[in-house]
Amino acid sequence: MPETNPRASNLPPDPTAKLENRAPELHINGRPYYPTDDPDMPLLWYLRDVLRLTGTKFGCGIGACGACTVLIDGKAQRACLTPLKAAMEHDVTTIEGLAGADLHPLQRAWIEEDVAQCGYCQAGQIMAAAELLTRNPNPGDDDIAKIPNLCRCGTYPRIRRAIKRAAQLAREGGK
Amino acid sequence: MSGLSRRRFLSISASASGALLVGWKFARAQSALPYLGARDEAQQLGEFVRIEANGDVFIGARGCEIGQGVKTSLPMLIAEELDVDWNRVRVEQLPYGYIETDKGPSNRYGGQGAGGSDNIPSGWKDLRQAGAVARWLLVQAAANRWNVDAAQLRTDSGAVIAPDSRRLGYGELAVEAAALDPPKDPVALKPADRFSIIGKPTRTVDAQEIVTGQSQFGIDAYLTNTLFAVMLRCPHLDGTVGTLDDKEARKVSGVKDVIVIEGPRTGEPIDGVLATGIAVLADSTWAAIKGREKLKVEWKSGPWATESTAALAVKANELLDKNEGAVPVRNDGDFAKARKQSGLRFEARYEMPFLAHATMEPPGATISVEKDKVLLIASLQSPGSASQLISRLTGIPRKDIEIRLTRAGGGFGRRLKNDFVAEATLIAKAAGKPVKLVWTREDDLQHDFFRPFGVHAMSAALDKKKKIVAWSHRCAATPRNYRDRGMSEGKVPLYIGCVEPDDFPAGLVANLEKSFFPVASGMPRGWWRGPIHTFHAFAVQCFIDEIAVATKQDAVQLRLDLLGPPRRLKYEDSDKPGFDTGRLAGVLQLAADTIGWKDKRSDGHGVGIACHFTFGGYAAHAFEVSVEKDQLAIHRAVCAVDVGRVVNPLGVEAQMMGGTIDGISTALSLAITVKDGQVQQHNFPDYPLMRMAQAPQSVEVHIVESTEDPSGAGEIGLPSSLPALANAIYAATTVRVRKLPIMPQLMRML
Repeated sequence: MPETNPRASNLPPDPTAKLENRAPELHINGRPYYPTDDPDMPLLWYLRDVLRLTGTKFGCGIGACGACTVLIDGKAQRACLTPLKAAMEHDVTTIEGLAGADLHPLQRAWIEEDVAQCGYCQAGQIMAAAELLTRNPNPGDDDIAKIPNLCRCGTYPRIRRAIKRAAQLAREGGK
Repeated sequence: MSGLSRRRFLSISASASGALLVGWKFARAQSALPYLGARDEAQQLGEFVRIEANGDVFIGARGCEIGQGVKTSLPMLIAEELDVDWNRVRVEQLPYGYIETDKGPSNRYGGQGAGGSDNIPSGWKDLRQAGAVARWLLVQAAANRWNVDAAQLRTDSGAVIAPDSRRLGYGELAVEAAALDPPKDPVALKPADRFSIIGKPTRTVDAQEIVTGQSQFGIDAYLTNTLFAVMLRCPHLDGTVGTLDDKEARKVSGVKDVIVIEGPRTGEPIDGVLATGIAVLADSTWAAIKGREKLKVEWKSGPWATESTAALAVKANELLDKNEGAVPVRNDGDFAKARKQSGLRFEARYEMPFLAHATMEPPGATISVEKDKVLLIASLQSPGSASQLISRLTGIPRKDIEIRLTRAGGGFGRRLKNDFVAEATLIAKAAGKPVKLVWTREDDLQHDFFRPFGVHAMSAALDKKKKIVAWSHRCAATPRNYRDRGMSEGKVPLYIGCVEPDDFPAGLVANLEKSFFPVASGMPRGWWRGPIHTFHAFAVQCFIDEIAVATKQDAVQLRLDLLGPPRRLKYEDSDKPGFDTGRLAGVLQLAADTIGWKDKRSDGHGVGIACHFTFGGYAAHAFEVSVEKDQLAIHRAVCAVDVGRVVNPLGVEAQMMGGTIDGISTALSLAITVKDGQVQQHNFPDYPLMRMAQAPQSVEVHIVESTEDPSGAGEIGLPSSLPALANAIYAATTVRVRKLPIMPQLMRML
């Protein structure tokens, strides 16, 4: 039976290996990558199919749902609408790279408020909230409501609570 | 879930609980299961429990986790009876547990599907017993060790304790316990007053994996040497390929092959693939998508080329006007006579659109089909049907088909169908390689088993005391029962999934008739969260409100009067002890009290209420809203629910909150329409699920304390939310919206 180890299967040549003429770089979660893939490939599919960073989810492919939200230079962006070539030379943070040594306050708050139901959209929600907290460490209800990401399970009220709790955790030095 | 499917689910779980002991011996004989990690066979206590020497407890989660919380709540049932500290429990997702016994096919884990809100009710029966049996073995092992009578021993938080206070941790006993024969008869369960896990707010067991992106959904599975596939499916209902030119598609870098997959012919059951399509296989999802864009296809439009929602509505109303050829659903007393004798008569029609499931994770499947075995990894709701289907399509026996269950990014009934599994199977068979099939959102909205479309014609007559004495509910709809294998042979009534014979106010009004008028349509139809209930509670609960308004009666009191004294009424589609009028009255009163039903509102605010009985549970919704210009504001959203004994209050609250918001979202804006035999919606901009800014800031969920056996909570949050919202909008605006979705109607009428 085939292997299902997410790292072991049909990966292209090690994208972290710097070969001659393989600039420019793409930085993902602090590591450099040197993609040889189609420059038009959306970052979403590069993350998922090539790097097997599957925390970033496919939801609509047209930037309408936010399931694929990642941070590019700290800004929340839709990975499904970002061609690989547009991400080159930029810093990309995915849900897998959000935590430092400890969980990010948003991740802690998400667990404590028991936000997730199916869980599929939550990585995108958290990445969108991460940008919000960077811009506005003390967001009000109206600020939070500007997060346009879709949740089909209807977890919005708990998302609101989690973002407020995360803001508080961050203020208390939980960062 | 229909009466039939519900009974089918039940029979599966009945044979499955019988198989618990059969499966026991099987488990001992088997070598390590990959799902349970580095499993030491000696420490396995039955199918669900494994105890490490250090006292860590692993509990297998058998259900399909689609967001309804069963990965947490079902292991809670086992842990309770096992009598362990929940903090020491680690939960592992079990695979699909097909086994063959001398009595035929069975499932070592019991029922694993997700439908009819049935996971908790069936787990309440067999999973608690599984936990109790594991505990029994541990107690027996301690009794043997100490050479005392097991009856003298008790357990507490993962330890067996003797009368003289000696104690042995489960970890120390697991090896000996696993060597014992299980008890021949069911063992006694804990009395409820000793519950320490059931009833405690318990967080999602794998929340940390979810928030760190480590959780595995079906779409996250990759196999070695996989080809990535996307399909271009025929946009015409029952259409076929006329001409195909795939030259340009094959030139796209990374594209490996193009394969035509035939759909079912007109009139054939739809129990494999849903539609004819062309699969593009490539070395990445992106290359497959690019290849698909280059396909040049001329489709043949098929027999439904003129179908449109507008024409379906005309047809449904014509059938209701003519009132001929009805399929009888229920007849009590003499409706026509009672109506004739009454001077107070009311009529109204309500129109319900087709709906898509729009799971956040679109359908898809990863599959390896070899000569003599299959591995499927996918987000599923009905793994048993998937196993049957793959076996039928490949000829490989079910015992050689391995199905791994993952978290599913939503279900809502979409994954009760396995058309996407059929597609992946056929593509993999043709390609001779493992295949990862991805559906795009456009594929998903265009090709679904839609919630039926229909019109409900309601009619009622009141006596001089303004009491409802006659009630008629006639429904003209595209039957849910459409091209299901076995269902289309007349054994199952056509109204299943559209009208419920025993639903409120059946049994409460002396003269009552319900009938059904099938409307022909080529749109595939399926089960959609709280299917029958969401479909018809809107008509019933809005109509009651209209009668109350027109006769100047209190809408809550009118319902309470109808419900009458607490008693149980027969309800066919439920294995529960029927429909308890007192429990429905209870949640209605609770919702009314919570929102301040009797308080006078000014400044344009209005309050609406509704209640409904769904799959053994009772819910009522009350909303306070206002409408200014084109903006609807929901100031308060209240949901009162009675699901019997609550297993996980945090989970029930989540389901009610989410169900209420799903109901609001659906009521306000969602519809699938068809024109020229083609679905008109393509992606979220034209199927606008509600976003945070439109959603109520909170849903005030009130859960009734109860000692009744639990019912499931995954669907009951919806049905009464839609009519409660429409009733609230009427109270705020005096605009009565009788056609969903609400917003386009409201904007037209204001």
